[in-house]
Amino acid sequence: MSNKVKFVIDGKECQSDEGKYLVEAAKDNGVYIPTLCNYEGLKPKGSCRICTVKINGRLATACTSPVHEGMKIENYTAELNEVRKEIIELLFVSGNHFCPACEKSGNCELQALGYRYEMMAPRFPFAFPIREVDASYPRIIKEQNRCILCKRCMRGIKDEDGKSYFAYKNRGKDSLVVADRKLMSAMSPDKAKEAMEICPVGSILVREKGWDEPIGTRKYDNAPIGSEIENK
Amino acid sequence: MKTTVNKIIKKYKNDRYRLMDILLDIQEELGYIPEDLNQMIADELSISKVELDETISFYHFLTQKPLGEYTVYLNNSVTAGMMFREDVKKTFEEQSGVLFGNVSSDGLIGLFDTSCIGMSDQEPAAIINNVMFTNLTPFRVKEIVADMKEGKPVEEMHKQNFGGGKNSSDLIQAVVKNNIRRKGPVLWDPYEPGEGLRKSITMEPGDVIEEIKNSHLRGRGGAGFPTGLKWEFCNKSREKERYIFCNADEGEPGTFKDRVILTEMPKMVFEGMAIAGYAVGAKSGVVYIRYEYLYLRKYLENTLSELRKAKLLGRNIAGKNGFDFDIRIQYGAGAYICGEESALLESAEGKRGEPRDRPPFPVEKGFKGKPTIINNVETLAKVVKIIKKGSTWFTNLGTQESAGTKLLSISGDCRFPGVYEIEWGHSIYDILEMVGATDVQAVQVGGPSGILINPNQLPRKLGYEDLGTGGSLIIFHESRNLIREVVMNFTEFFIEESCGSCSTCRNTPFILKQKLEKILDGHGVVQDIDDLVEWSKNLKFSRCGLGHTAGNPIITSIQNFRHLYEKLVQRDRDYDTGFNLAESVKESCEASNRSTVV
Amino acid sequence: MSKPVLATTSLAGCFGCHMSILDIDERILTLIELVEFNKSPINDIKTFTKQCDIGLIEGGCCNSENVHVLRDFRKHCNILVSLGECAIMGGLPAMRNGILIKECFHEAYLNGPSTTANTGHIIPNDPELPCLLDKVYPCQEIVRIDYYLPGCPPRADLIWETLVSLISGKPAELPYEVIKFD
Repeated sequence: MSNKVKFVIDGKECQSDEGKYLVEAAKDNGVYIPTLCNYEGLKPKGSCRICTVKINGRLATACTSPVHEGMKIENYTAELNEVRKEIIELLFVSGNHFCPACEKSGNCELQALGYRYEMMAPRFPFAFPIREVDASYPRIIKEQNRCILCKRCMRGIKDEDGKSYFAYKNRGKDSLVVADRKLMSAMSPDKAKEAMEICPVGSILVREKGWDEPIGTRKYDNAPIGSEIENK
Repeated sequence: MKTTVNKIIKKYKNDRYRLMDILLDIQEELGYIPEDLNQMIADELSISKVELDETISFYHFLTQKPLGEYTVYLNNSVTAGMMFREDVKKTFEEQSGVLFGNVSSDGLIGLFDTSCIGMSDQEPAAIINNVMFTNLTPFRVKEIVADMKEGKPVEEMHKQNFGGGKNSSDLIQAVVKNNIRRKGPVLWDPYEPGEGLRKSITMEPGDVIEEIKNSHLRGRGGAGFPTGLKWEFCNKSREKERYIFCNADEGEPGTFKDRVILTEMPKMVFEGMAIAGYAVGAKSGVVYIRYEYLYLRKYLENTLSELRKAKLLGRNIAGKNGFDFDIRIQYGAGAYICGEESALLESAEGKRGEPRDRPPFPVEKGFKGKPTIINNVETLAKVVKIIKKGSTWFTNLGTQESAGTKLLSISGDCRFPGVYEIEWGHSIYDILEMVGATDVQAVQVGGPSGILINPNQLPRKLGYEDLGTGGSLIIFHESRNLIREVVMNFTEFFIEESCGSCSTCRNTPFILKQKLEKILDGHGVVQDIDDLVEWSKNLKFSRCGLGHTAGNPIITSIQNFRHLYEKLVQRDRDYDTGFNLAESVKESCEASNRSTVV
Repeated sequence: MSKPVLATTSLAGCFGCHMSILDIDERILTLIELVEFNKSPINDIKTFTKQCDIGLIEGGCCNSENVHVLRDFRKHCNILVSLGECAIMGGLPAMRNGILIKECFHEAYLNGPSTTANTGHIIPNDPELPCLLDKVYPCQEIVRIDYYLPGCPPRADLIWETLVSLISGKPAELPYEVIKFD
């Protein structure tokens, strides 16, 4: 059995299992640390950087840092929140995120973070990159305009031999997440659904599935992302 | 083609971890990696095709289509620009009839840019079919392109003597110069291969670690982590399978001292690895070396054979029963980020060179998940001398906080660019006098990821207590345009070399570059200078050092040369989006055949 | 004391944001009490007749006329408010960004399904017509914008609360539900 450890987040005394990732350990204590690339059950990757906190004064991603006894964590500070907001804005301007035209709108985690951090307009200029809508697979559409390169699909959607359906291509600002044609041609409807669910934005869509939830009843229409943790 | 590729994959036992070697071998055999074989290669390695594509598309020098019978990679680092690279580039384009980024229609010549290739003291330089060409001029380029049209082998195109030292040896035969300008008490002391190793095996492994700790040796790649401590951490692991890596991926623009060490004293470096192996009980070592130094391959492989023959590598080495240690050479394929130690490990495992999240650190879980020590070339060479002469001898050199000496790679506006071994503690002013630099406007200390200092800061001292550095110093004369020539070049470098994993480093440098262009185009306002500083801050949220420092060229130049920025921005207005109506309707007016009056 | 003056316009938008202004329902009677309208499609005043306090901009800029109007608004309004996704990020019209204008023209006038009537194969170029911009620009990339009200359209309550706050100087009370990007 694992040891219990005590740690402090923004002055709040917390307790959790030694070595548990900080995002999860905080959640156990009713503290929300914003995440985007993190997904329960997947190995964390720390690629979106939104969960960055200060652990004993040093910046670190909460999704990849295990908790230890006596840690002092800063989470909801003006400095950290400002950079988180900046990161959200970076993701908005670096893709083509037209929320009104997106099937995931209302259930999108990027949009929900935009709401939570009160992004009224990004401070950065829009890049308007040229990206394709790849509709060449039998089960899904890969909407590259909306991909935020969080790697959730890459980590989570694998076949029985452990091969990835999705992977990165290129590097730096030219990076893309692309799908494997051979594996895609044999993708099951369940796998497709799983892929769409694992995508935090509207970049992986199950074919022939449109808007089926009325505005006002969607996941983030009435309460901010994270409030489910904070109000527990 | 298929059989060739199959043979190569078999040679590496279908081992996915050897993907870098497989891809490099395929490319060496065929000139490129044919895309239609990707599925087959992936199947042989039991990975999906996109997982293979993801590795291939990461590396600058791996290509899926032929890039010309002669492929020219012309370095685009700042020092090349200072030595009239533009003229060289233009001549290449004129003579070959093809623009950079393309291959001539007959498939003969391909012209491409590439990040710093470690020749900053002999620019402009290019790699043509893996052969180094340095000190290029338009005249030389005309001759080279003429030779290409005649179909001459690249090796026969040189008109210079081969470079000094081992560069002229049969196994290298490169025109590269060492430019060793100052021999220091560590590296150019007489050296007999095995002298450090033989002494170390008379000591207990724990005492070897203790000796290195006592020497206060710190990593010479730039980060400056205490070497002995690293070894100790590795030694504490419960895992018994351990690895020693030599980081020979020096990619920081303006750095080339590891190239010189590997050319002149590779045995000392390899011996340092063996000593580390003895200290922590590792049996294998890997030298991860940048693709740009492929011209050293035969020579380094041969050096390893010689050490095996001399019983300084292999089984029961240095006369000690049960002490086995061997080394293999792992080439990279063009990615600055692979100099970051965890990215280096990913690359050595045949993957994209994306840094890992830490913890765990490589000393806990490194290569293939096993405890791994990664030390810089210079660090490992110094280990040998420390063991031979003792830690006190070493700590007597340098300063209180910074023991020993440092190799500097000096380039830019000075009379004697090259490699200098100095004791820590010299001021930048001393160094400028040493290398013959006058009327200095600025010095870039530690490459683009370091800082740009101004003349008031010349009394600052080299050492961990002040300016700790991997040793790259680029000097800029007062006639240089710092923002346009230097800051822009460095910022573009970081855009080119970001791995793309973190949202911050993938996106921010490009946005900063746009802002910089706006200022240079005369549309800037004071707010833009402040935005540059503010917007750089999110880079500190990145995973690795590349991301953390990608804003440094801009931040440190604003800190130390703010007046240059202020001269460029508009004084009479406090807001300007930079939008230009006449420019922005040009395209539509042309497309609808009307005049552009708005 | 005279009433604050309000102006509105729709650039590359669909007038949905203006519809949302009307969605404040009976509060529009209060609004008329609170402000005086100057240039706006609501009262059909075509040109500015005086300096205004607040300008509401719907839509981004897709052509030269949009730019002129926007600059005119910046000149005549003390406070400029971007209303809705198109003004803030280009919105749907910006989906053409990245496509060559030549291709857009060819699709719209020569090759597209609705071009059969264009028997002369004409790409309109009368000097009276505004010129298309190379891409659709969000308003803040042309002039300084003071406030942003996101939404497609921005919720009527968001518009109302913001206007009342700007007029009265009292901080706006904006519940979570009213700030949305769709």
